[in-house]
Amino acid sequence: MSGGHAHPLHRPGNTPVHRLAPQVKIVAAVLAVLCVVSTPRERYWAFGVYLLLLAAVWSIARIPPGWVATRALIEAPFVVLAFVMPFVAGGPTVDVLGMALSEHGLLSGWNILVKGTLGVLVSLTLAATTAPRELIVGLQRLHVPAMVITIATLMLRYLDVIAAEARRMRLARISRGHNPRFLWQVGATARGIGTLFVRSYERGERVHLAMVSRGWSGKMPDSGRSAGAVAWLTGLAPTATAAVVLGMALWP
Amino acid sequence: MAVTPPALLVERLAYAYPDGHQALYGINLRVEPGERVAVLGPNGAGKTTLVLHLNGILTGQGTVEVAGLPVAKPHLKEIRRRVGIVFQDPDDQLFMPTVRDDVAFGPANFGLRGTDLDARVTRALDDVGMAEHADRSPMHLSGGQRRRVALATVLACDPEILVLDEPSANLEPRARRELAEVLLGLDRTTLMVTHDLPYALQLCPRSVLIDDGVIVADGPTRELLADEALLAAHRLELPFGFRLG
Repeated sequence: MSGGHAHPLHRPGNTPVHRLAPQVKIVAAVLAVLCVVSTPRERYWAFGVYLLLLAAVWSIARIPPGWVATRALIEAPFVVLAFVMPFVAGGPTVDVLGMALSEHGLLSGWNILVKGTLGVLVSLTLAATTAPRELIVGLQRLHVPAMVITIATLMLRYLDVIAAEARRMRLARISRGHNPRFLWQVGATARGIGTLFVRSYERGERVHLAMVSRGWSGKMPDSGRSAGAVAWLTGLAPTATAAVVLGMALWP
Repeated sequence: MAVTPPALLVERLAYAYPDGHQALYGINLRVEPGERVAVLGPNGAGKTTLVLHLNGILTGQGTVEVAGLPVAKPHLKEIRRRVGIVFQDPDDQLFMPTVRDDVAFGPANFGLRGTDLDARVTRALDDVGMAEHADRSPMHLSGGQRRRVALATVLACDPEILVLDEPSANLEPRARRELAEVLLGLDRTTLMVTHDLPYALQLCPRSVLIDDGVIVADGPTRELLADEALLAAHRLELPFGFRLG
């Protein structure tokens, strides 16, 4: 990938993880998340092994842990929820630093925190090593319905266009003395959003016309790489390890 | 001996929109291979409606043929390969995450794959001078660059006839000139819908003037634009300071 197509969640590179076919990475990530959520919350060591596996993938993909950590802040609202649980849940309590905390709440909080964090980290790893358009090719190769693929492709492209349009409309409103900080002026913003919707709809029609004119018949052309058995085996290796860990954790 | 059919043949084309508004009242137009023709006319004259008939997006009464092939349902795909429409707003045309994907979209729909597809994409981008931007997002290009990429997306389909809708709209003077140079270098049958009369003069030896759904004048661009009475009667005028004798 050359420059000019910067995306906050993608970290261009040329490592084995980056080169892996996107469909393999998508399957690996989904299965890895399934392993994490199926692990009993009391098997603390298993979550440590999952984190080690992720760290190994990051080191192969040359992703600094700090880069992942700053982007993982997106889960902050769930972390707050996790920390509230021990204070609000009922049942038997334990003393921590002089506070009586619910034992059940502590475990529930831990459950949300560790599984949520690992899930976010897996998703970030997938996003960091796979360009957005590769993700779409990957989904297509996994036979996700063509309509979903088309919608995802168009969202990827037009989110920026519509955001730019919204910015221009806002500037034009502000230039005419609109100050959205006052509650009674919120109406203009709402009407702006309405106008934006109509304009986006009209643009959708024009985009469709332009696509049909170039021979589009409902399916995006596939330009991705195919994945052989070796790619699937190596790509799924970390997830397979996670599955073994899950098996051990589930063992009575 | 076989006679080469005209690149475009439109006969008695009439069309009314579903709401009853009659946009075209019988258009006759013949464009020979290699010709560059400007389609002039005021807003609402029916220019864009005509363009949408050329590749079968709209179908009215009368006939449209592209290089001998009638525009009709059984061969719409081939018609859409033969007629390359570059729409007015490049943001409507460029919808893929990178320039390369977008240029490959058309030819891939028409069945090209692998190295043939790559070669076609490279050549189209070379033709418009945008090869070094292949991996960028269209979002990060200037207006003039986007316009040239939009042109490449259509050139990559190797059309018999290139149809440009207001190609110079919203372009700064330099981008406008660069696009003109690209278009002059293409050597392809071209139909250019425009309000930009000097641009029509620069690029198209022949012009047709459409108003109220009919062709009211057809001739050498210079003669058409020198006829002030004709232009005035159809709400067209040359920019300030221009005069053709």
